[in-house]
Amino acid sequence: MTVTPQQQLAETVRVEGARVLATLIRTLGSVQLAEDAVQDAAVAALQTWPRDGIPDDPRAWLTVTARHKAYDALRREAARPGKELAAGWDAPLVAPDLAPEVLEMVEPDSVVRDDQLRLIFTCCHPALAREAQVALALRTLAGLDAGAIARGFLVPEATMAKRLTRARQKIAQARIPYRVPPDAELPARLASVLAVVHLIATESHAPSSGEQVARVDLEAEAVRLARLVNELMPGEPEVLSLLALLLFTAARRPARVDAAGDPVPLAAQDRSGWDHAAIAEASGLLAEAVRRSQGVAGPYQLQAHLSACHATAPTYAATNWDRIVGLYDLLLSLSANPAVALNRAVAVGERDGPAAGLAALDAITGMARSHLWHAARAEALRRLGDTGRARDELRQALELAPTAPERRLLSRRLAAMPSQ
Amino acid sequence: MVMAVYAALLYMPEDSDWMTSEVRAEHHAFGEAAAEVIGGAVALYPTGSATTITVAGGPGGDVLVTDGPYAEAKEILIGLYLLEAADLDEAIGWAARIPTAWRGKVELRPVLPVSSWPF
Repeated sequence: MTVTPQQQLAETVRVEGARVLATLIRTLGSVQLAEDAVQDAAVAALQTWPRDGIPDDPRAWLTVTARHKAYDALRREAARPGKELAAGWDAPLVAPDLAPEVLEMVEPDSVVRDDQLRLIFTCCHPALAREAQVALALRTLAGLDAGAIARGFLVPEATMAKRLTRARQKIAQARIPYRVPPDAELPARLASVLAVVHLIATESHAPSSGEQVARVDLEAEAVRLARLVNELMPGEPEVLSLLALLLFTAARRPARVDAAGDPVPLAAQDRSGWDHAAIAEASGLLAEAVRRSQGVAGPYQLQAHLSACHATAPTYAATNWDRIVGLYDLLLSLSANPAVALNRAVAVGERDGPAAGLAALDAITGMARSHLWHAARAEALRRLGDTGRARDELRQALELAPTAPERRLLSRRLAAMPSQ
Repeated sequence: MVMAVYAALLYMPEDSDWMTSEVRAEHHAFGEAAAEVIGGAVALYPTGSATTITVAGGPGGDVLVTDGPYAEAKEILIGLYLLEAADLDEAIGWAARIPTAWRGKVELRPVLPVSSWPF
């Protein structure tokens, strides 16, 4: 993909703008005010930089400009009649100090990093609903606008804008603090941060074909956010593991969908098309996570190990299925999850044969409405030679499959199934 | 640091008895431990004593009086504390020590400063 100068410029504004925002939220005490100021500064940058050139220090330019915009906005607000009534609803908690020397201030990198870490924990505070956490993280940390986030999750832009507004209001009204949690609360709070980043990678509906003009690559955003958390909290085993997991998954992406945008099952993927540099980086991160976790593997480390098994196997047949079953067992011992049990059953089928796989699938309860469960049963039955029942299972899977590409894949399998 | 005020709304299962001596003792202990942050407290009689009032149409309209609480629910409001805290995390810390947090549920609602009352 070639990057035009305009895209390069927009990218700089977005990345640096997100850093500036983290600091402004702290100094202004209001997410809304800071977001508006950074937005105004970004617009100014996109107008003037193409004409005057990108400044030597883009962040300093954006910081100072955003501070001036915030200062103007506060002055306008103060001059408005009836402001007493408005105060307290979503007003800054602390009157910001915007003396002239403060307006020109540019924080050192270390302060910006601390502010970004605070912002991560505020966005992922448990008092916010998960979908609000996800939206806020993408808006404030990744610098995406409401429209881009809405496209990524296939919801109307107005819905996403409202979700963001509600989240900002809750932060202001309930006074969700802007700080890194104390050590005692850190593990639980960090788990919430990682869940948000993981969700952005897994729940996104990035269009894989070129149909959509403004493509939003949420999987790449998730990798970027995981890198940010890893940079801000170096050496945390679960952070390293999540980043490794996301990189392993992203590495398989070139082979994951075909030219028509339909999913390609792992067994059929062209492994030479995987990103082997990303796999090597992920392997290194995972090894560091293992070293630092002192023998206690968290859920992301187990998932990263699973991904590593697949990413480093020379062929599908040569995959270490025994290790994979063992890893799924460990994962299930942390929390019972039907989707994990389903993947484990598929691995059992690869290790011990289709009859054992089918028995493992039948032992899972609560999956009768899952197209993946029916598709897995169909595959086991096909390998057992029972194509009649396999067809029935595929028909049920087809009825339950939520997306068009998945339905196309299942239809092709059904068409390829020999009649008895 | 300007403190915020949170209403900690106490909800219990409808059929529970929240006026036993054991519950009273627990609230008493919380009241002593949290004396510096409690700005007020209210305990309510059971919902059997509740009356709901609504005025139809607008000011001066027909006054409709009905027996019972506004919302029929399995968990009912039994009282509240007003807690002073610097931020939500601090308020959550106190709320987790209210006996109702393990006997029922506690909802934290930030209280609007009087100067910005919308009504």
